[in-house]
Amino acid sequence: MRYSGLRILKEALTGHKGWKPAWRDPEPQAAYDYIIIGGGGHGLATAYYLAKEFKQKKIAVLEKGWIGGGNVGRNTTIIRSNYLLDGNEPFYEFSLKLWENLEQDFNFNAMISQRGILNLLHSDAQRDAFIRRGNAMLLNGADAEMLSTAQIKKRYPFLNTEDARFPIKGGLAQHRGGTVRHDAVAWGYARGADSRGVDIIQNCEVTGFKIENGTCTGVETTRGDILGKKVASAVAGSSSRVMAKAGMRLPMESHVLQAFVSEGLKPVLPGVVTFGAGHFYCSQSDKGGLVFGGDLDGYNSYAQRGNLPVVEDVCEGGMAIFPMLGRARLLRMWGGIMDMSMDGSPIIDRTHIDGLYFNGGWCYGGFKATPASGFAFAHLLATDTPHSTATAYRFDRFEKGMMIDEKGMGAQPNLH
Amino acid sequence: MIINHPLLGPRDAAEFTYLGDAKLIERPDWTSKTAASEFYEYQYLRDNPAGLHRELWFHEAGDRSWLVVTRDTTTHEITSVELARDVARSKGRSK
Amino acid sequence: MTQVNRLSGGQIDREKTLNFTFDGQTYLGHDGDTLASALLANGVRLMGRSFKYHRPRGVLTAGSEEPNALVELRSGAYQEPNTRATVAELFDGLEAKSQNHLGSLKYDLLAINDRFSNFLTAGFYYKTFMWPKAFWEKIYEPIIRRAAGLGSLSLLDDPDVYDKGFLHCDLLVVGSGPSGLMAALTAARSGGDVIIADEDFVLGGRLNSETFEVATQSGSDWATHAVAELASMPNVRVMARTTIIGAFDHGIFGAVERISDHQATPLDGKPRQILWRIYSKQSIVAAGAHERPIAFENNDRPGIMLASAMRSYANRWAVTADQTVVIFTNNTDGHRTANDLTAKGVSIAAVVDTRATAPTSDAFEVLAGAQIVDSKGRLGVTQAIVELADGSRRAIDCGAIGVSGGWNPNVHLTCHQRGRPTWRENIAAFVPASSLQNGMLVAGAAVGEFSTASAFRSGADQANVALQALGLKPQSVELPQTEDAPVSITPFWYVKSGTGRAWIDQQNDVTVKDIKLSHQEGFISVEHLKRYTTLGMATDQGKTSNMGGLAVMAEMTGKTIPETGTTIYRPPYTPTAIGVLAGRARGMDFHPTRLTPSHKWANEQGAVFVEVGNWMRAQWFPKAGETHWRESVDREVLATRSSVGVCDVTTLGKIDVQGADAADFLNKVYCNGFAKLAVGKTRYGLMLREDGIAMDDGTAGRLAEDHFVVTTTTANALGVYRHMEFAHQCLFPDMDVQLISTTEAWAQYAIAGPNSRNLLQKLVDDDVDISNDAFPFMACGKITVCGGLRARLFRISFSGELAYEIAVPAHYGDAMMRKIIEVGAEFDVVPYGTEALGVMRIEKGHAAGNELNGTTTAVNLGMGRMVSKKKDSIGSTLSERPGLNTADALVQVGIKPVDPKDPVPAGAHLMNADGPVDAANDQGYATSACYSPNLGHHIALGFLKDGANRKGERMRLVSPLTGIETNVEIVSAHFVDPEGDRLRA
Repeated sequence: MRYSGLRILKEALTGHKGWKPAWRDPEPQAAYDYIIIGGGGHGLATAYYLAKEFKQKKIAVLEKGWIGGGNVGRNTTIIRSNYLLDGNEPFYEFSLKLWENLEQDFNFNAMISQRGILNLLHSDAQRDAFIRRGNAMLLNGADAEMLSTAQIKKRYPFLNTEDARFPIKGGLAQHRGGTVRHDAVAWGYARGADSRGVDIIQNCEVTGFKIENGTCTGVETTRGDILGKKVASAVAGSSSRVMAKAGMRLPMESHVLQAFVSEGLKPVLPGVVTFGAGHFYCSQSDKGGLVFGGDLDGYNSYAQRGNLPVVEDVCEGGMAIFPMLGRARLLRMWGGIMDMSMDGSPIIDRTHIDGLYFNGGWCYGGFKATPASGFAFAHLLATDTPHSTATAYRFDRFEKGMMIDEKGMGAQPNLH
Repeated sequence: MIINHPLLGPRDAAEFTYLGDAKLIERPDWTSKTAASEFYEYQYLRDNPAGLHRELWFHEAGDRSWLVVTRDTTTHEITSVELARDVARSKGRSK
Repeated sequence: MTQVNRLSGGQIDREKTLNFTFDGQTYLGHDGDTLASALLANGVRLMGRSFKYHRPRGVLTAGSEEPNALVELRSGAYQEPNTRATVAELFDGLEAKSQNHLGSLKYDLLAINDRFSNFLTAGFYYKTFMWPKAFWEKIYEPIIRRAAGLGSLSLLDDPDVYDKGFLHCDLLVVGSGPSGLMAALTAARSGGDVIIADEDFVLGGRLNSETFEVATQSGSDWATHAVAELASMPNVRVMARTTIIGAFDHGIFGAVERISDHQATPLDGKPRQILWRIYSKQSIVAAGAHERPIAFENNDRPGIMLASAMRSYANRWAVTADQTVVIFTNNTDGHRTANDLTAKGVSIAAVVDTRATAPTSDAFEVLAGAQIVDSKGRLGVTQAIVELADGSRRAIDCGAIGVSGGWNPNVHLTCHQRGRPTWRENIAAFVPASSLQNGMLVAGAAVGEFSTASAFRSGADQANVALQALGLKPQSVELPQTEDAPVSITPFWYVKSGTGRAWIDQQNDVTVKDIKLSHQEGFISVEHLKRYTTLGMATDQGKTSNMGGLAVMAEMTGKTIPETGTTIYRPPYTPTAIGVLAGRARGMDFHPTRLTPSHKWANEQGAVFVEVGNWMRAQWFPKAGETHWRESVDREVLATRSSVGVCDVTTLGKIDVQGADAADFLNKVYCNGFAKLAVGKTRYGLMLREDGIAMDDGTAGRLAEDHFVVTTTTANALGVYRHMEFAHQCLFPDMDVQLISTTEAWAQYAIAGPNSRNLLQKLVDDDVDISNDAFPFMACGKITVCGGLRARLFRISFSGELAYEIAVPAHYGDAMMRKIIEVGAEFDVVPYGTEALGVMRIEKGHAAGNELNGTTTAVNLGMGRMVSKKKDSIGSTLSERPGLNTADALVQVGIKPVDPKDPVPAGAHLMNADGPVDAANDQGYATSACYSPNLGHHIALGFLKDGANRKGERMRLVSPLTGIETNVEIVSAHFVDPEGDRLRA
């Protein structure tokens, strides 16, 4: 069933009886060609592209809870392609281009809004680094613009430029960056995949892998054994626990990232702003709440909640650049489980076990990658070759010394 | 969180910085024939358990000792705190 | 302007009359009123508009769970949007404005949305606004954004001051109702340290709203005496106006105390609010319970509120919403309201009880087995439409309806650590999980003990459980005599008859129909329901609506309520000002400022300062007549290279390494050799991370067999120290070595230039021989200066000139700088700042932070051979990984413009002389750049693929971001004095 304004008119006038479930609730079949573990943004996107672009059939997505209940429903909704390294930037720019057509593609309004992202800078060294990055973006076909403090102040007049401990010296802007309604992404992909025959199996937790002679033939779940010619894991922060069932240790740690929303306010913030001398970034949702966040708490956690010091740190950062924020109220805080990798960049690769594939290590940047991650993972699953933008996202890069380290922090996940 | 420092008693975790898995104490022998792969695994692969985790914390704003904390990563409950040098010695590390 | 709806009694002070305005109109109230009670007293029922449909809204509750009566309080920079009128204490001169309407509150133009409600159902926006594509951002979204949100920020800097504090206690009691007060009294008597906190400005909880006696007093009098007793005890801290916003790990709580919010302006020196971090060993959540409504068609009109709120308004605030009231209830509590209002002279037109058997009354009509099926009255309720047990309908005139659907224990704080509430059938509500983390206990209504007597009992019992856990003596307390009525409720969640809308979430306009639609479309889990309909996502976070939503969905799916689920509550308990979470760390106090020992002196010289981390460093020293920074910096560089300059380098990390194994230890942490460094010598050291990437560089000077001084870059001082302690304690615990950070202990100055030795000669004492033979390049030693002051001298050079660094104890730093300038006048000594420092090191090709960017190796830095293969050092093994040693690895080079007038900026990328300019052809990038006054043109350092073999090559340096494309030549990075002759002079 296609969604449109006309449809709404028709249904509204006939008592809304025609709306159907956005996706089916099928029983798992005994076998599939593709089993995707994880009903979050990436898993659902993978299933969608596998069915739509690569015309595959017999696909199942297995989700241990309800789809979209993990990081895709908890993030701060930012999309951008302002990465530095050649291993990353083409991928994220590919993702941004997919975002730009997504709503029409999967017929669901995800409120993709490219009102721009601005990274503030506060020192000469930071300016040099931002110039290098802005150039990398342009050389890779993305958009970037360097803004002066005066230009920035025009768009954000309430920015603190008079009484700043770390004065704003300019900023790197990506006008095509912006925000998206995160839940709608999961639902849009789910509906699109389901309508193309993908079975979305909720409340189905993978409890083990069926592996014989170095080949994976399927999974054991709380709803029975399911055979699969290709089994693909896309479970983000739960990656280590899931892949441990296949005897694998991963180059990652699971960390809590907190996020925050304020009470709904009339519009104040036109785009996304990040503070360059503290841990704070902020945007305003279409419902009026200021959505903001900062740094990791810094310790391994699966608890999906964090502690006070980060809350204070984030609000201090907010007040440092937007002193008018003081009168706004924090409404709710929550946390997700971040799959922090050893170089801050993801892995989309086969494993050493035939038929077992892996997608994870997104750190706290997985949301913007959702379309490209799904597309690239589907490409890998369907063709057994990496997508051209994802060739560097291999497991063996750590052993070989080919890390993709944007921040230059090395093998310490909590610093990425 | 509160970390019960073996010498100083309970301290707020904000006085510390976190490194990661305490297995980082078990640095491989550079003369080993398989040193390259041992160092790779040591540096990059992690158990990352959902449950009890032995991890390294540095008392940066305090006495600058490294501690091995045993903490449940699903509840954040801390069950033991030891001086890292004691753990290191117990693993046979010396000079 | 008389207070038409005032009743007798109450706990307000009629002696103190206060003026306040609402939407420009002036009213009167009394001390003790909230804005809500005062407005009701004045006959004002319409207080706001709902989020989506802009329906008229009145107050629903009498507490912080209020979803409707949200106002903009105060004006100008003090404006606070979304303030609940129910908790805003009235003060003289209070100004409030209603929110979320176009035009006036009464004639809101956006109320037209209500006409289109059929088209604006839950989730409608996901199904449309997609075409035409360009319209979303240009038209649809701006309209939606303007209509969204509730209150407005003033956009002016928050003028208030906020503080932070720390408290420690044995027991934290959250809530001061009967169970909380009894728990605190019991625990306090044992001598333990107790903190009792309540968000309200008068303690006592529901004791202030009910009319039952406690012992022989009124509930509120008993509470007053209990509070006084607690306040008199030295081991008790009583905190009113204090919301416990969150329960965090290990018994740490966040609390916000409102110091000045109830005053027109803060008293001198007082903050607006304080954020307390409370460390408690045990806690008792005595947070009471929230009443829940019953949904029926048009149940959202102003004047329709919770029955218990009506009781609070009548008994505590001496106010009624209207003189004629109807009650709608499914339990005995609704009848309490009818009785209390009757006692105050309010007319109860009827009590509509859903139960077939309901208590009767002489004072008013009770309609058993009946339901309210609709209401009338656009701007305020005028009629309740009742369906009687026999199916007939009756319209009852009234100006207010009190609804009682039962009570929900306030489990909020017990969920913060992921506790999942469990269902209790006899009260048809969730109670906290039976075992909680971190010493948290629950007492009173919060755990389903609803009668006053059982609340007292529960508080005392839990206090004794806590005392036991604390190792303190349990106390036996006499519980006062009071009512002990059992709970009698027949669950009834919403009225089914009617085709109209029945509200579940009044702020976000989520109705029973929306929940049914959500179910129809497959969003049946609690999380999907919430996100699809936005139920429970408003500023009240579903405190009066989550349960109703669960009940409707349970019915739709044919499951029980507990099978359907429960949502987890998250901090903060009530919305919390971002200002108080930030505290004093604002403006210039955002981070501490670290000043160097010569700062005062540099300031006197008119130096321009720059932030380097938390340090302030002199960037350059402008002289009179200089108008552009380049004039100053060029002059400083030329003067230093031609005579002598002095620069404060205190900020670079200094670490004292002492012990018999000091040399062996340094051999482990540096990739190059240190074991055989002679006493009295310094050596450049490169420190790798264990992954083989360059971490930091500096020097180590051997002052004695067992004593080294290690330097680090400014930025990495902390990290290197941490790393070295890790190596010592975790990897080599038996090495006899001690590490001490001495960055702040020594003031350190670089004295550089051909005349540096001559200048130094004037400072060092006579017995110190600094001739080139006695103190050659890279020498170091302990000396004395200025007649006996101990100092350390290092002949190291970042500038490439003949240079020294001299260190004296930091408290002599100011005097030392002045002395250097004084004796250096003879040589025209010039102070230079970080800019000149940077120019000179770039001229010499020395790597610094821009080059050691966390991704570069010794090979990239042109120092591949420095990594010793003959010993184990941190990073050496992994530095040999093939990916780090490819033939075309980046190598540091110098970049100079072909045309001397052209710039060669940092951040620009290197491209071949011909061919496309794109990422695929990227050859490297420029890392540091400056104008070299010595060479007369710009120069840069950078990384180039296979750079060592491309000297002399012509390339293009491009920066499309800043519109630059320059022809350049690749050269040696050592632009000035490449042979190093000056160093060894």
